[in-house]
Amino acid sequence: MISSILFTILLIIGVILFTKKIREVIRNIQLGRKLDLSDRSSERWATMARVALGQSKMGSRPVAAFFHVLIYVGFIIINIEVIEIIIDGVFGTHRVLSFMGGLYDVLIGSFEFLAIGVLAACFVFLSRRNIIKLRRFHMREMTKWPKSDANIILFTEILLMSAFLIMNACDYQLQMLGAEHYSRATGIVGAFPVSSMLLPMISGMSIDSLIILERSCWWFHIIGILAFLNYVPYSKHFHILLAFPNTYYSKLTPKGEFTNMESVTNEVKLMMDPSAAVPSVDPNAAPQRFGAKDVKDLTWKQLMDSYSCTECGRCTSSCPANLTGKLLSPRKIMMDTRDRLEEVGKNIDQHGADHDDGKSLLGNYITEEELWACTTCNACTEACPVNIDPLSIIVEMRRYLVMEQSSAPTELNGMFTKIENNGAPWQFSPADRMNWANED
Amino acid sequence: MENFKVLTMAEMMANGEKPEVLFWVGCAGSFDDRAKKVTKAIAKILHATGVKFAVLGTEESCTGDPAKRAGNEFLFQMQAMNNIMILNGYEVTKIVTGCPHCFNTLKNEYPSLGGNYEVLHHSQLLQQLIDSGKLKVAGGPFKGKKIVFHDPCYLGRANNEYEAPRSVIQKLDIYLTEMKRSKANGLCCGAGGAQMFKEPENGVKDINVERAEEALQSDPDVIAVGCPFCNTMMTDGVKNFNKEDKVQVKDIAELIAEAIDIK
Ligand code: HEM
Ligand code: SF4
Ligand code: SF4
Repeated sequence: MISSILFTILLIIGVILFTKKIREVIRNIQLGRKLDLSDRSSERWATMARVALGQSKMGSRPVAAFFHVLIYVGFIIINIEVIEIIIDGVFGTHRVLSFMGGLYDVLIGSFEFLAIGVLAACFVFLSRRNIIKLRRFHMREMTKWPKSDANIILFTEILLMSAFLIMNACDYQLQMLGAEHYSRATGIVGAFPVSSMLLPMISGMSIDSLIILERSCWWFHIIGILAFLNYVPYSKHFHILLAFPNTYYSKLTPKGEFTNMESVTNEVKLMMDPSAAVPSVDPNAAPQRFGAKDVKDLTWKQLMDSYSCTECGRCTSSCPANLTGKLLSPRKIMMDTRDRLEEVGKNIDQHGADHDDGKSLLGNYITEEELWACTTCNACTEACPVNIDPLSIIVEMRRYLVMEQSSAPTELNGMFTKIENNGAPWQFSPADRMNWANED
Repeated sequence: MENFKVLTMAEMMANGEKPEVLFWVGCAGSFDDRAKKVTKAIAKILHATGVKFAVLGTEESCTGDPAKRAGNEFLFQMQAMNNIMILNGYEVTKIVTGCPHCFNTLKNEYPSLGGNYEVLHHSQLLQQLIDSGKLKVAGGPFKGKKIVFHDPCYLGRANNEYEAPRSVIQKLDIYLTEMKRSKANGLCCGAGGAQMFKEPENGVKDINVERAEEALQSDPDVIAVGCPFCNTMMTDGVKNFNKEDKVQVKDIAELIAEAIDIK
């Protein structure tokens, strides 16, 4: 009875905290500029099914892909078990779903195999970070927190899975010993193909201590899951939720197509023909700056991208600028965007919506040197398993630098002038354009 | 040209004629000495296969691609709108470009500004000509040679065209080999995004050297390219390893033009 109440309270607190954080994240994402992505919905569903559900872009690194699928499938399916845990916890029942009979045995049995898969994958992921020290997990932007973030999650999953297996082992043993509340007249419920191997370790224990161990694991498992749930939105593991909406809202136009800025189109039309009819702009609307200086100048999709980033570094390890030692790292662009967005969100919570902390994404986080090193080659967007687009953020910031600050590198300013004056990025006379046709 | 005259749209119009396709030469193709050779090769192939084409000549102006990638949206849209005015004035419907950057910009970024055309990269037109039997390529001087193709970012990843250039080169009876990073995983030559017009940022290596090194590892006779900027970058990269006597860097159009031995 007491444990039911305690459990219910914990559950409610866990869910309330999680909801609060999610609402904060949604608010932060909505700080971004408007962008209508309600089109082409069947293509969007298909993209989501392929890329997120089907993990289609993971395969380029087969080892990571294989073990990730173990975690991914294991985690989702084992969480069916959580439904039972919650019902048992609230109503004080034990293995309430066991009425399913043979199907229940199959489920519990397969959960155990999956748990082993998850454990193996976690060990592999831990070792490639901490023992093999894969290069992409040890670059400049992988400072202390991003590194511990990954380790924390992997350790937690190992503990959760171990608790799950030990719990099952105790349960099995208690059923065999005929302990009250555990055993049934109908025989053993559940199948324990993996945890039964742990029996030798607990065979000497009394019923009372077995119950204590079983209950501890049960509590640890569910508290762990609630804690995990609340940790996720602060972590790169947010991708386990956001990968789905984020791939749904993927860019569907060709990768080479950059947006044409409507605000510029209107001005250019007026310049070329002062009598041109351009859509009237709301005179009360705050003038929007050209390009992006801070997170609020990015679109909500670009902000969602930043929360969805798994920090896997596939983008950066295929980036020609980064590969040749330049400062630019597309992963860092995404991590900076998220960090700055969280900071802006905190400012709003603490000082109100209009607070200006004098900082900005461009300048305090991302430097001009990084931005100018990009070749706009799209290797990063191609590599990203969750269809994130770091390139669009880079271009948006270049736009700000060029159109608001006039601070492009001198050679580029020279190139602009040449295009303006003679219609080519080099110093040639337009009259010579056809010379090639008359040479030999 | 030695044995035919390249007509401009204005000249065709004056004759009361319309071309099948407009050949968009591009700035590099018009002014860069190396790229001009590719331009001539394309013109020769078009002429030899009987494709009725014209160029804009002095009426052509930069598509605005380097300005746009560098963040100068104003300049890009000014260029785009002026070009669209001219293209629409001549009622152009089909364009072939000698440069993947022009190709991408005309194809993807002009439509929402009022310029709607069927746009092809020259490798795509060559493939169409081969498929329709107008262009017959069989072996030639490159027969048996080992050729590696370097994907231009703005043809490959940007527009998903990996096959046209390859199937065209394969008509040369050559041995086509691939770099480790190819097609969707291809590595940029380092010139895109307006990098062509500035010094690289500080680093440990130049991108074109990294890429040329990779291309040379496959021990090719020819590095085939489909972009005037890649051409420059790969040529410089090969020179960096002092391999320019052994390994040629050539555009697909040049390979075809040489193989069909046209003047
Ligand atoms: C419930 C579902 C999921 C769970 C439990 C999960 C769990 C994990 C875990 C624990 C890691 C950490 C590995 C490490 O950093 O060492 C990871 C990494 C990753 N996840 Fe997921 N994930 C889920 C869904 C997804 C989805 C839908 C995608 C989209 C394709 C995805 C893409 C990735 C990527 C790209 C990495 C980095 C892997 C690498 O280093 O190559 N995940 N995931
Ligand atoms: S588009 Fe820019 S950031 Fe992305 S991989 Fe290419 S050079 Fe790097
Ligand atoms: S942007 Fe994509 S590829 Fe890059 S680190 Fe994030 S999830 Fe990985």
